[in-house]
Amino acid sequence: MNGKLIFKADTEEENFLGALYKINALNYPKFFKMDRLCKLGILATELLIRNTPDFDTFPKKEIALVFANNSSSLESDRIHAQAIADKQHYFPSPSVFVYTLPNIVIGEIAIKHKITGENSFFVSEKFDEIPFQTYTDLLLRDGIASTVLGGWINADGKDLEAFVYCVKNLNFKQENINFSQPHNSENLKHLYSLEDGSTGNH
Amino acid sequence: MGAFFGAHNIISPLGYTSSENFDALIKGRTALQKHHFDFSDKPFFCSKIDGTELGKKFAGIGTDNDYTHLEKLCILSVKDVVDQSGLDLQDKNNLLIVSTTKGNVDILEHKYPHFSQQRAYLPELAKTVGAFFKCENTPLVVSNACISGLLAIIIAKRFIENKNYKNIIVCGADLVSEFTLSGFRSFNAMSDEACKPFDKNRTGINLGEAAASILLSADKLSNLSIISGASANDANHISGPSRTGDGLHQAISETFKTSRKTVVDLISAHGTATEYNDEMESMAFSRAGLTTVPINSIKGYYGHTLGAAGVLESIISIQSLAENTIIKSLGFETPGTSQALNVITHTQKKELKTCLKAASGFGGCNAAAIFEKL
Repeated sequence: MNGKLIFKADTEEENFLGALYKINALNYPKFFKMDRLCKLGILATELLIRNTPDFDTFPKKEIALVFANNSSSLESDRIHAQAIADKQHYFPSPSVFVYTLPNIVIGEIAIKHKITGENSFFVSEKFDEIPFQTYTDLLLRDGIASTVLGGWINADGKDLEAFVYCVKNLNFKQENINFSQPHNSENLKHLYSLEDGSTGNH
Repeated sequence: MGAFFGAHNIISPLGYTSSENFDALIKGRTALQKHHFDFSDKPFFCSKIDGTELGKKFAGIGTDNDYTHLEKLCILSVKDVVDQSGLDLQDKNNLLIVSTTKGNVDILEHKYPHFSQQRAYLPELAKTVGAFFKCENTPLVVSNACISGLLAIIIAKRFIENKNYKNIIVCGADLVSEFTLSGFRSFNAMSDEACKPFDKNRTGINLGEAAASILLSADKLSNLSIISGASANDANHISGPSRTGDGLHQAISETFKTSRKTVVDLISAHGTATEYNDEMESMAFSRAGLTTVPINSIKGYYGHTLGAAGVLESIISIQSLAENTIIKSLGFETPGTSQALNVITHTQKKELKTCLKAASGFGGCNAAAIFEKL
């Protein structure tokens, strides 16, 4: 959180996400139906939102959700593919299939926080191949959104990684509500690598 | 504001060019056929591109075995746009955006013994297609359920307006696969017949396979342009649309607001032919005061082409503007939504200047855009 380690656990431990849920007293039963990508996205944005003063006052339809990752929804894809691989044990399920799209994490965040603004989900090999800063800037500058909540959320086996940020437009000046530093790609990259450096958790 | 449209391409069972596809639609031909694949216990309607024919088309430009079915579709589609326009993707001012929901999902089904599972990653798809064209900029992948194609076009417009790029090719593509077929079946969303968008007796979607590409530019490459576009989330349910069409209505409102238009001449709906989607759309269009505007769903001809849909259907829409022709909404016979819509029942000439394109998808996402012919 803002470059400081706030929670550490072995990400390989089965219940890492569950532990994070408990410690932060999320009280949101829908969580347990979600796949790991969505659980991670919900947790990461929850922590960010709780630490963002006045988030509740931000107009919900003006918050753009801009997210990206490397593996899209492959974890859930593999589960669904497995369920249909054997004709003798054939059990495709809607509760798995619904998670075989990466933007569902945007849907879950939108539902929990009643955010009705713009959506985009991008996929790339690495974090810095996503034009987060460019796209965030143009959304705010062109008045398409007055807040951007976004970041990298990836769940792929041992790789469990979330880096989220929030940028609000105040009177056409940009201010990072959560980071008291100017919003630019250098800072985003620096913050991302800080998060990456802190062991085992983001 | 806005961005101009340039060259475009559609690859589907109806042909390997936009012209072939549009001509087929004028003649009332459908890409939907009864299929009986070995992975399905009973026949179903879908539109699928023949792999052998695709291989023949590809043979002239690359080694068949080096690429997946989807990669060949994407490459051929983008290549047609590149050839028509002379665009150089090695120029850093130009970008390729790929719109897909599942990418090489057939890798997960182990369809290619010689490709690793790594090939299922969407960035790998982007890299493979990008390498073929020696793209200077790594192609950007948009994967946002069924609004991906339209959203990618809107994002391209925004980058161009913002002068991040001068020219952007948006390529949308997805496969018909057991993966998606079984998934939609588990939702009871599949129809056993040819789909009937907006019809009283509609029973669900057909899946369709296609690739479609379009060039957007800061330069006036044609008199057709996208003048506005927006997306919005229902914030209601991850797999069903808002009953009152909240998200789509918001996207449509924002789109009209920035367009400074108050009317449009044509609506190209999302129209998947599920009970819920078509009803939701009628609510959204009604709330927006658009119930008298001629409206169609192109999915009656192609089925739901997922990541390709937004691009393919946008191309058909702008062709309609160019040709002053409204295309019949195939599959529609009896009105079946609570809000009456002016569904097009006969393909005919009509003076057209503007078209609203709508899209919705899993995860509560919605998008809308307005196209204009000057």
